[in-house]
Amino acid sequence: MKTAKVVLKVADDVSTDIIYPGRFMATVLPAETPLFAFADSPDFNRRLKSGEIAKGGAIVAGKNFGCGSSREQAVSCLKGYDLAIVARNISRIFLQSAINLGLNIVICPGIEASEGDELQIEGGKVLNRTTGKTFATDPLPKARQAIIDAGGLIPYTRKVLMGTRS
Amino acid sequence: MGMTYVQKLLAKAVGRPGAAVGEVLEPKVNLAMSHENGALVISQFEEIYKGTGREAKVWNPDNIAIIFDHRVPAESSKTATNQKKTREFVAKQGIKKFHDIRGDVGGICHQILPENGYVRPGYVLVGTDSHTTTHGALGAFAFGVGATEMASVWTLGRILNVEVPATIKVVVNGKLPKYVYAKDLVLHVIGRLSAQGANYKVLEFHGSTIRNMPTSGRLTLCNMSVEAGATSGLVPPDKETLRYLREEAGVKGKIETFGPDADAVYDQVLEIDATKLVPQIACPHTVDNVKPVTAVKGVKLNQIVIGSCTNGRLDDLAVAAKILKGRRVVDGTRMLVFPASWRIYHKAADLGYIQALSRAGAVVCNPGCGPCLGIHQGALGDNEVALATTNRNFKGRMGNPKAEVYLCSPAVAAASALTGVITDPREAKK
Repeated sequence: MKTAKVVLKVADDVSTDIIYPGRFMATVLPAETPLFAFADSPDFNRRLKSGEIAKGGAIVAGKNFGCGSSREQAVSCLKGYDLAIVARNISRIFLQSAINLGLNIVICPGIEASEGDELQIEGGKVLNRTTGKTFATDPLPKARQAIIDAGGLIPYTRKVLMGTRS
Repeated sequence: MGMTYVQKLLAKAVGRPGAAVGEVLEPKVNLAMSHENGALVISQFEEIYKGTGREAKVWNPDNIAIIFDHRVPAESSKTATNQKKTREFVAKQGIKKFHDIRGDVGGICHQILPENGYVRPGYVLVGTDSHTTTHGALGAFAFGVGATEMASVWTLGRILNVEVPATIKVVVNGKLPKYVYAKDLVLHVIGRLSAQGANYKVLEFHGSTIRNMPTSGRLTLCNMSVEAGATSGLVPPDKETLRYLREEAGVKGKIETFGPDADAVYDQVLEIDATKLVPQIACPHTVDNVKPVTAVKGVKLNQIVIGSCTNGRLDDLAVAAKILKGRRVVDGTRMLVFPASWRIYHKAADLGYIQALSRAGAVVCNPGCGPCLGIHQGALGDNEVALATTNRNFKGRMGNPKAEVYLCSPAVAAASALTGVITDPREAKK
């Protein structure tokens, strides 16, 4: 059972320019990118960096989360805080990169939650423990689940390379 | 049941008679492109080989292209160091399709690939850049991927987990009116579909307007298809494709072309009468917030930008130079021009466009991504407003979350440079 507190709620069409502004793109390494997560939302960025927001929280998003640029920093910066993304749907490149890097993503078309709510994510549904409402999630395609099960695309590719993919 | 263009392309790529929508394939990659983010691809690539006892060699250096464009020349020591690391990797791996910071062969990746003949119809082309959709203009299935995905491609030579996408057919007929261009058409399409209307699908362009459109315009259309969420924009190859590849890109040898089946099944069909289109503007802060220019006329502008992988081509500079020649960018508004490649820059210089623009008061910068994504030059001040021929107007895009960006065609940008406010080029003083 995994529970996560909603630490941020955002609307539809949140682009990777919002998640990781372009002017920090010279920083590429996953160990360094979390410093600039949501850098143009200074208060949220500060609370992440200071640890005021505990790791393992959830961002609740509308449709088309992660649209725009393919910059992978937008994924690695959130992964650094072990955030889960619970979105109505997710843009293609962001979704694939999240799977590749092992960022916890949940596609939940009907999700309703406010900042501060406690979400319980398990078994194909999301229970909002604060409101008592339950929401169904969309499963990931099987082929993508295999990458998650392998621990991300790097170990998965290593298996393919070495001929040990089952 | 017939197949769409992308279904046919993917079926050929995996050597099967068919490819059903939703089927997961692992096609071979014909071209894998990266820019400055190659530095991250390299570190992920090396990570894959850790503990395997194998030497980290890319699958085929001839199928990899690396083009520096996002921050050229380097704006910081950090970027310069990433570029240095990439340069060393390129030399070690024997990658020949490498375009360094140079005034002869340099430029923006989405112009360098077509103009050097690196793109062919039927290719599976991936790039660590969302605007990789551009190359569908030449009949390639071209799409953006993350850096780790690219590291996997460099290792295996194929891309894992490609779902055969559904196709939205966009049929455009009629002649585009004066001062209406491919950019206005694609903004109109994005406005109709919304920023997510084509998510996980491709756009396939048809109709007399497309058939009569030069490749430069088709590149603009496919470039911005991603702003409707499309995995790729595609123009099935025709005579114009072959003309461009032979005459402009210098491609020799056989070029294989094919089209979708007549009985292909489409997810949706969007029909557009080109003769009814007017200049379009995408308003802050989403690309699908599209209005006719008449609805936003008079918005005061601090900066005007012409250039980018969307609209920095010779045709675009020609339109701007024609409007601005012998005239003057109005005081209080600055104008920046970024040609898409040095080849274009030189041609524009030979034709007098660079001089016309510069004498009018525009600052003509070196080819590259420039201010489009706010990391190199041309950042906006607090509460400033920009009008740009680039492709995105997200909050913070041009380097400042307190600024606003409107998107338009080069004609609207040039006409507005004369007045300092958003101006309908159809009404500009002749």
